[in-house]
Amino acid sequence: MAEQDKVILHGMWASPYAKRVELALNFKGIPYEYVEEDLRNKSELLLKYNPVHKKVPVLVHNGKAIAESMVILEYIDETWKDGPKLLPSDSYRRAQARFWSSFIQDQLMEASFLVVKTDGEAQQKAVEQVYEKLNVVEDGMKSYLAERNASTESNFGIVEIVFCALFGPYKAHEEVLGMKFIVPEKFPLLFSWLMAIVEVEAVKKATPPHEKTVGILQLFRQSALKSSAAA
Amino acid sequence: MADEVVLLDTWASMFGMRVRIALAEKGVKYEYKEENLWNKSPLLLQMNPIHRKIPVLIHNGKPICESAIIVQYIDEVWNHNPPLMPSDPYERAQARFWVDYIDKKVYDTWRKMWLSSGEEHETWKKELISIFKQLEETLGGKPFYGGDTFGFLDIGLIPFYSWFYTFETHGNFKMEAECPKLVAWAKRCMERETVSKTLPDEKKVHDHVLGMKKALESK
Repeated sequence: MAEQDKVILHGMWASPYAKRVELALNFKGIPYEYVEEDLRNKSELLLKYNPVHKKVPVLVHNGKAIAESMVILEYIDETWKDGPKLLPSDSYRRAQARFWSSFIQDQLMEASFLVVKTDGEAQQKAVEQVYEKLNVVEDGMKSYLAERNASTESNFGIVEIVFCALFGPYKAHEEVLGMKFIVPEKFPLLFSWLMAIVEVEAVKKATPPHEKTVGILQLFRQSALKSSAAA
Repeated sequence: MADEVVLLDTWASMFGMRVRIALAEKGVKYEYKEENLWNKSPLLLQMNPIHRKIPVLIHNGKPICESAIIVQYIDEVWNHNPPLMPSDPYERAQARFWVDYIDKKVYDTWRKMWLSSGEEHETWKKELISIFKQLEETLGGKPFYGGDTFGFLDIGLIPFYSWFYTFETHGNFKMEAECPKLVAWAKRCMERETVSKTLPDEKKVHDHVLGMKKALESK
């Protein structure tokens, strides 16, 4: 049925949420059409497909829309059953994968954005918050990755996807912020894990040019600093 | 094989109720441990060191946290009838989307309404009502969110029914007037023993919330 499948992804190239879906589609080898959304001027289609949140990403599969990146990842895994799986088959491992993806999503996304949006003391505080959460992930990944059964579980799944979508642009983070999130001395496991993840073909395919990422990160940072100065 | 299943929970938690309903639907025998959230047990701190929250399901010594994750785990491990998740991937995605919506919106908005007054309180009250109206719209004309059968999204939402009286009293509105179809759905769910035996008495919940507010204010 693969020839008859029509898959469209509404995304925004710098959105880590949309990036997750790109990574999943790439990893599964699913051909898709990509629609770049201007988030300041959202398309009629996006508003029609995601009336509740009006956000990217939205996956449209044979005319049916699915929103929320984590929901989309599970949908992709359940629909395209051939090839590598994004979630473990063991129920307990699945629960852990869902838990860690959820943790990174809830505890690290906003916290890292805050580092980008602030400076001085506020930024220092924000950095400490992120490091505190990364400590938890460093510990958690020790057992989560060690308990992975290499014969039955892929080494690139939803946890890698969520982590990579956020921390993959580490070179741009370092250039714009003058600091690292995944400090090798503090988080040796996360660092080596990230270095392995960014080499995965599906990830390389979805990595925009460095200058472009630096550009948008700088724009995002400047505009946030300006508006908080004006406030 | 003798499964050892323990649930760490508190009686008034909507999130804990989801797990209790799911276990009941599957006929799983388990040990219930009531937690005192002002004085968390060593077991809770050991089993959920990261969030220190209930509910936590402990299955043969291994903890599973986060109610939506626990319910899916229950459905996958005890995969006999009745299935809690729809079988179609698109329907499953819809169910997950709406449980995520409930988790993002309902409790936080209630809490903001609860802890505010005046104009702010009115704003949050309107927001809370509009969230339930959205959920009512999603139900459409179906008897359950799962269609003909009670499922994951029904389980995700029905525990909030035991809190309706509390919302109504604090917000000075009537859920039945605002969302009659939703209330009809809730009453339909209450015809299931798994639900009616799990949901606490709404007045008890209300008294408990009043008590919590006093405790918060005295801190």
